[in-house]
Amino acid sequence: MQFSENWLRSFVDTTLDTSELTYALTMSGLEVEELISVAPSFSNVVVAQIVSAEKHPDADRLQLLKVDIGGEFLQIVCGASNARAGLKAPCALVGAKLPGFEIKQAKVRGVDSYGMMCSAKELGLAEESEGLLEINENAKVGQDIRDFFDLNDQMITLKLTPNRSDCLSILGIAREISALTGAPLTLPDINQVTIQLNEIKNVHVTAPEACPLYCGRLIKGLNPNIKTPDWIKSRLERSGLRSINAIVDITNYVLLEIGQPMHAFDASKVQGDVSVRFASDKEKLLLLNQVEVELDKDMLVIADKSGPIALAGIMGGDSTSVSISTTDIFLESAFFSTDFIVGKARRLGLSTDSSYRFERGVDFGSTRLAIERATRLILDICGGLAGEVIEIKGSLPLRKTVKLRMEKLVSILGIDIDESKVSELFTKLGLSFTKNEEGFQVVPPSYRFDIAIEEDLIEEVARLYGYDKIPATPPYSKLAMLPSSERLVHLNALRDMLASNGYQEVITYSFVDKAWEQNLTENNNPIELKNPIASNLSVMRSSLWGGLVDTLIYNLNRKQERVRVFEIGTTYFKNNDKFHEKTTISGLTYGDLFPEQWSVDPVSVDFFDIKSDVERLTNFKSNFQAAEHPALHPGQTAEVMLHGRKIGWVGKLHPKWQQHYEIPGDVLLFELEVEPILSRDLIQYEEVSKVSPLRRDIALVVDESEDFGSILQTMRSADIQYVKEIELFDVYRGKGVPENKKSLAFLVVMQDTHRTLTDMEADAAITNLLQLVGEKHGATLR
Amino acid sequence: MENLENIIQEAEREFSECVTVNDLEQAKAKFLGKSGVLTELLKGLGKLSSEERPKAGAAINVVKQAVEKSLKDRRDFIAQAEQQKKLESESLDVTLPGRNRGAGGLHPVTLTLARIEAIFRSIGFEVAEGPDIETDFYNFTALNIPDNHPARAMHDTFYIDESHVLRTHTSPVQIHHMEENKPPIKIIAPGRVYRVDSDATHSPMFHQVEGLWVDKDVSFANLKGVVQDFLQNFFEKNDLEVRFRPSFFPFTEPSAEMDMSWNGGWLEIGGCGMVHPEVLKHVNIDSELYRGFAFGLGVERLTMLRYGVNDLRLFFNNDLRFLGQFGK
Repeated sequence: MQFSENWLRSFVDTTLDTSELTYALTMSGLEVEELISVAPSFSNVVVAQIVSAEKHPDADRLQLLKVDIGGEFLQIVCGASNARAGLKAPCALVGAKLPGFEIKQAKVRGVDSYGMMCSAKELGLAEESEGLLEINENAKVGQDIRDFFDLNDQMITLKLTPNRSDCLSILGIAREISALTGAPLTLPDINQVTIQLNEIKNVHVTAPEACPLYCGRLIKGLNPNIKTPDWIKSRLERSGLRSINAIVDITNYVLLEIGQPMHAFDASKVQGDVSVRFASDKEKLLLLNQVEVELDKDMLVIADKSGPIALAGIMGGDSTSVSISTTDIFLESAFFSTDFIVGKARRLGLSTDSSYRFERGVDFGSTRLAIERATRLILDICGGLAGEVIEIKGSLPLRKTVKLRMEKLVSILGIDIDESKVSELFTKLGLSFTKNEEGFQVVPPSYRFDIAIEEDLIEEVARLYGYDKIPATPPYSKLAMLPSSERLVHLNALRDMLASNGYQEVITYSFVDKAWEQNLTENNNPIELKNPIASNLSVMRSSLWGGLVDTLIYNLNRKQERVRVFEIGTTYFKNNDKFHEKTTISGLTYGDLFPEQWSVDPVSVDFFDIKSDVERLTNFKSNFQAAEHPALHPGQTAEVMLHGRKIGWVGKLHPKWQQHYEIPGDVLLFELEVEPILSRDLIQYEEVSKVSPLRRDIALVVDESEDFGSILQTMRSADIQYVKEIELFDVYRGKGVPENKKSLAFLVVMQDTHRTLTDMEADAAITNLLQLVGEKHGATLR
Repeated sequence: MENLENIIQEAEREFSECVTVNDLEQAKAKFLGKSGVLTELLKGLGKLSSEERPKAGAAINVVKQAVEKSLKDRRDFIAQAEQQKKLESESLDVTLPGRNRGAGGLHPVTLTLARIEAIFRSIGFEVAEGPDIETDFYNFTALNIPDNHPARAMHDTFYIDESHVLRTHTSPVQIHHMEENKPPIKIIAPGRVYRVDSDATHSPMFHQVEGLWVDKDVSFANLKGVVQDFLQNFFEKNDLEVRFRPSFFPFTEPSAEMDMSWNGGWLEIGGCGMVHPEVLKHVNIDSELYRGFAFGLGVERLTMLRYGVNDLRLFFNNDLRFLGQFGK
């Protein structure tokens, strides 16, 4: 809602200056979003009339003007082509300060000049202008130009919340200022016109639930040549509305002034009676904005014999619109119920000043008032004769009594406030109320659609009392400790773990390019957004890899050569139209294992580097098995298992995608479900042996096809007595090992809790192990 | 006897010319070895008479001791010199950089979320979560925003289908939590939220933290108290002021916009209010018995103010030169 400050001040005579006024508005919940002066500051500029204009003796393009500034005559040299005798224009006197410069007495080409005649641009009233600003011939010579144009005015824009439709008018805002400050409210002078036209237009309301109040009136014999007076035009413009023609401007003026949307039909084009009814299905209407809309059955229209002529409360139709030749109008001021208007404009892709107000609630108490006010203005400005107002009234919205209990008020707000203060505040707000034992019974006025329950009244009290006067009081509460499970790892611990392993955390969008999903997860049926912000952010991700690879490419393009990033975020899945979400942790490494430096030879990251990060994240409890994944290199991909469950993947980006995305080096990736890795077993102490352990090393020769994991699994699961630890310490191929075979060297640690093992016992354990791996994996001792 | 004195001097001179332990051993042999000068002298004692022998023996012993001492001194000296030389050869340029494993770090939004959680936990708020893909019911209807309410249009909602949206705020978590828990309730709900809006000051995805406290006697004044306490702690500024302005949210009444003092002006920091009785009704909490307050804070806004970040878009571009500044 944009309006002119001076227009507002004509309704409420407050002593607040501009900044106090805007502060008061903001603090009462009518947030001032913007404040713009209608003109930059300047001084000493008056209305002047050119008495005579003669050629400058020494310059072809200049004129020597004699200018009347109100009983005093000045000689001014002027270069404007429209400077001519009789013209009234602004004159900046010597000493005037204009935007950017000051006027001094000067000699122009040898002739004295005592001031400057001004263009609109020179006064900062327009971006561009040609020649002197021509002023209406009725202007009083000598009057300060700021007063003449009412330039000491600001355009104020409020960011109104949807509940305060009562402030979508000058009157409403004035009412609020009056309530806040106690300043008296001056209502517009509505001097009803005399009925001189004995003609009416019949109106039939067949949808009274949607239109409980309809006022219409014929006005005939308007002068179609009348231009909108400057004072209306300037108030409209300062309130953000363009001037169209006198009739439309007056209805808009009343809309802004009182908040009642109105419409004027060209009466000569309305055929027969007017009716207010719901549209029939697929009925069509060409609107004022030249858009033809197809109507639904729940849309309310104003119709004549020919069909719909306006979309009620939203926009008029083209066929009956007021034009430059209009002399007769049918003026409408109606109350349409919020419930029947809401959503309709949006459905048709429209939003108008009218629909905006009806959707939020219009004061049905001023519907009649508005038509009288508009008629007065029309007759005064355009002439013509007005007929009787046809008023059709159904059941208007009830204003139910709302109770306010003092005890509830005090306990919800947490302030000390007594009944007399509340009475005072309600009186200021113009709420009618009665008192009882508990507190108050309040009847909200017709312009307040937001007071329906006790809490609404509590807010009104708080608002007027002043939110800033309510103290900030720490709450009292029973102390109770929060649960703290040692079996749950905090997500931030995983973050810290990766960060200290050199990974940078990133946050990427939850919606990604469809191609990422197809390429990296073969997800051909992702969850799609109906209204994505961009085509490359159109589906919900089922993997974080897209975002990470994207981050890699972004940073490679910025000359980063080593990238290690991770994200913890949600991934989204669809199953028979049911959605579910998983928290996922993913990492990407690229480039050298360590940053380039003097003391470490560069070595690129490989599968086992990133695998170790996964092992760490899973507390070394995970297992890995070779697998295939659409994003990954078929020979360097493992499924990650934890407690027998698949929880994710680790591997190298498939070379075809590496090539596709033009990434110069290897990319290593992992992705794990977070939930399974957050739970840990509570540690249970195991006795520490008092005797030293015994170590034996064995080197096994096996076929290349035998994988380490299975061999280790065989040895560990055998659970041979005394064997505490089996670790791999070397993998060897080459001299001494047959072709297609490899040697795996293990260290075996053996121990008894209470005594030192004998060699025989140790040998027996090793023999046992060898026999086992011999049988299961064809392993021989090297 | 003069001869004996000369031996000491000669030994000292020879020893002092030795630079290595090896040299010294050879020089030692010359005096103390099997056929060394002193050994020979001692052997010669047998030729002396029994009267002369003790005296001469004693004199030779004195010399022998002197030579041995001289030998030991030189040996120590050489050892020390060698040690010194070794130490010198091992000295490093300690100003060379340490072996660098590379530094990672956390996203600034994570740092802010962790701070928010820690501060609220300190007065007993627990963390609650909800889904990003919400039903229309949880995102709007249960929060007292019926179909066609003008507030819906203000939300610039991403739609997935007729009944599913990307949550436009973290407020639906309130509903989920109150459905599953009985008062007293004291939670914060951090998370991602989504709006169809993208320019220099709007991101289609951003983070909010919702706070909710439902109990028998919490008040609007308490809401102010908690928010002010939080902001003062978050920014570590005890003189930070908090200003509440009347506003409108369908799920709170009274509602307020929260501003905080910053560089001589006021900055909008979030919305809040007393939980609307309709919302409590939706989750079967008796609004005559219980009341609550709720607030929502913009996490990116807090992060920008805290660290002086001047462009919202930096958070999601993931430029490592930006993120690296928040490394640990």
